[in-house]
Amino acid sequence: MALLSKKDSKLILDPLADNNPITIQVLGICSALAITAQLKASIVMSISVIFVMGVGNIVISLMRNIIPSKIRIIVQLVVVATLVIIVDQVLKAFSYQLSKELGAFIGLIITNCIIMGRFEAFALGNGVWRSFLDGIGNALGYGVILIIVGFFRELLGSGTLLGFPVLGDPIAKSGVYSIGYENNGFMLLAPMALIVVGIIIWVQRSRNKALIEEN
Amino acid sequence: MGLKQNLHKLKEKYKGKKMAPAFNAIHTFLYLPNETTHNGTHVKGADDLKRTMNTVIMALVPCLIFGIFNAGYQHYLATGEISKAAGFLSPEFWSMANFSMGAWKVLPIVVVSYVVGLAVEFIFAVIKGHEVEEGYLVTGMLVPLIVPVDIPLWMLAVAVIFGVVIGKEVFGGTGMNILNPALTIRAFLFFAYPTWMSGDKVWVHGAVERANEIAGGANVDAISGETILGSLAQNKAFDYDIMDMFYGLIPGSIGETSTLLILIGGLFLIFTKIGSWRIMVSAIIGALAMGLIFNGVVDQGWIGEGSKFFSLMSTEFWHHLLIGGLAFGIVYMATDPVTASQTNRGKWIYGFLIGFISVTIRVFNPAYPEGVMLAILLMNVFAPTIDHYVLQGNIKRRAKRLKVKTA
Repeated sequence: MALLSKKDSKLILDPLADNNPITIQVLGICSALAITAQLKASIVMSISVIFVMGVGNIVISLMRNIIPSKIRIIVQLVVVATLVIIVDQVLKAFSYQLSKELGAFIGLIITNCIIMGRFEAFALGNGVWRSFLDGIGNALGYGVILIIVGFFRELLGSGTLLGFPVLGDPIAKSGVYSIGYENNGFMLLAPMALIVVGIIIWVQRSRNKALIEEN
Repeated sequence: MGLKQNLHKLKEKYKGKKMAPAFNAIHTFLYLPNETTHNGTHVKGADDLKRTMNTVIMALVPCLIFGIFNAGYQHYLATGEISKAAGFLSPEFWSMANFSMGAWKVLPIVVVSYVVGLAVEFIFAVIKGHEVEEGYLVTGMLVPLIVPVDIPLWMLAVAVIFGVVIGKEVFGGTGMNILNPALTIRAFLFFAYPTWMSGDKVWVHGAVERANEIAGGANVDAISGETILGSLAQNKAFDYDIMDMFYGLIPGSIGETSTLLILIGGLFLIFTKIGSWRIMVSAIIGALAMGLIFNGVVDQGWIGEGSKFFSLMSTEFWHHLLIGGLAFGIVYMATDPVTASQTNRGKWIYGFLIGFISVTIRVFNPAYPEGVMLAILLMNVFAPTIDHYVLQGNIKRRAKRLKVKTA
């Protein structure tokens, strides 16, 4: 039953909802805007970040006692960069088309503030197992939002999900297109990603009043 | 017992309950409110916000009626059933057939705009336990006037929900919004469904259907409902003379074609002190200034006839006010008291930049044939900044004066 202690499971579950890196801490927005026009790209991005953060947190946590604090940022960057290059090479080897679609954004995982943030805030001061859980948890929280946003943007913007035309064919006017429905081109533009993230934040905060700041 | 008493009784009955704002809203919309401002130094408290809104609606009604006739006129003109109207009072234009055709197309748009928008307002008022806010009264009338006549109604409904919720309610409702809600709705439509908001098919009713028939193999003539701006952006000729543009006998969004009626509406707004004359005048100056600059560039021969900007740049500078939605935007949208600058000097800057940027976008971005929407939205965002610097400047000036006096 108790695979994880209560404290440990909190590390994974907290970032999924009440301490979500995107909707609560508002970090990692750039990639959430850039690659969520398609669900597939969102999923691949999420998996990549889960890998980078899980492994990265382990490595930093293992090295935490031997990193001189003055150069810790550089060490962290080297670790992320190495992991990102691994992800990039794997994608290029096994799914070249996808790696072309994601373009620079896989490389830009390095600049994702969530990753550096967790290295600094958690992995530098905690044991390996807990750091791993924290990394996975935060990456999952990031991925969940990415997938939600990607789902709505692809469904409403292109009428497809993972590339399958679930709403019918817009050119042959089949499915819902036969009754006059049309794809919402605004959904494919970056501002709409920001608005969708905003709506998620809105829904989350009105469901959990504890998140609303006093002012 | 009259409707007023009934409403009042309902109000008393539901006082403090969830539905109270709904009855209150209907009551104060139809009649003078029982209570006006209680506190503060509101000397002119006899009118509430609904009166202000109603005044703007009165100024919009001529545009709407003209828009209805024009929708029918453009349709019959394009299908070749009537000949071109000779002047503003021409019987070809003010005919019953035009009116019924136009009303058939335009009234559903008005109804959808109001029903959807007010439904959102009522839902939010009931959830928040606020009074129903008046802001949508004007927005609901503006929206039908700035969309093409053939816009599918469900798209309009989606856009209205988006515009009212994201453009206004999330910021706290009427008076708190950063962007003009009517233009937010139009911008949403423009970016979400560009095929229904631009091009040469949507501005005249019937052109889309006709194009579909032709695609289906029917042997009929295509209808071209290109707007003047659309023609200019593609360096194409058009056969509307300057009086057609002034009277508004041209294709375009439903209510924005007639510069004459917009002028009357604008004077009405200035006369009733609802709209700011500073914004209107400075926006016109801004548009003329940019137009003159472009004319000057053409006169200097810096730009050749082959350039894709040539037609728009060489358009007489004052024609810019007659074509497209510039005049409508300046009079009814830029003067929105919530989203415009609040300070007098700020209003001059704000208006001038709206005119200036509108004409710039018009000329340099053929993908956005009408720049006034984007220009106003952009300046809405900058209005608080302008006010801030105007205020700071004033404070600095007065502090200096104080120093001189005391020294």
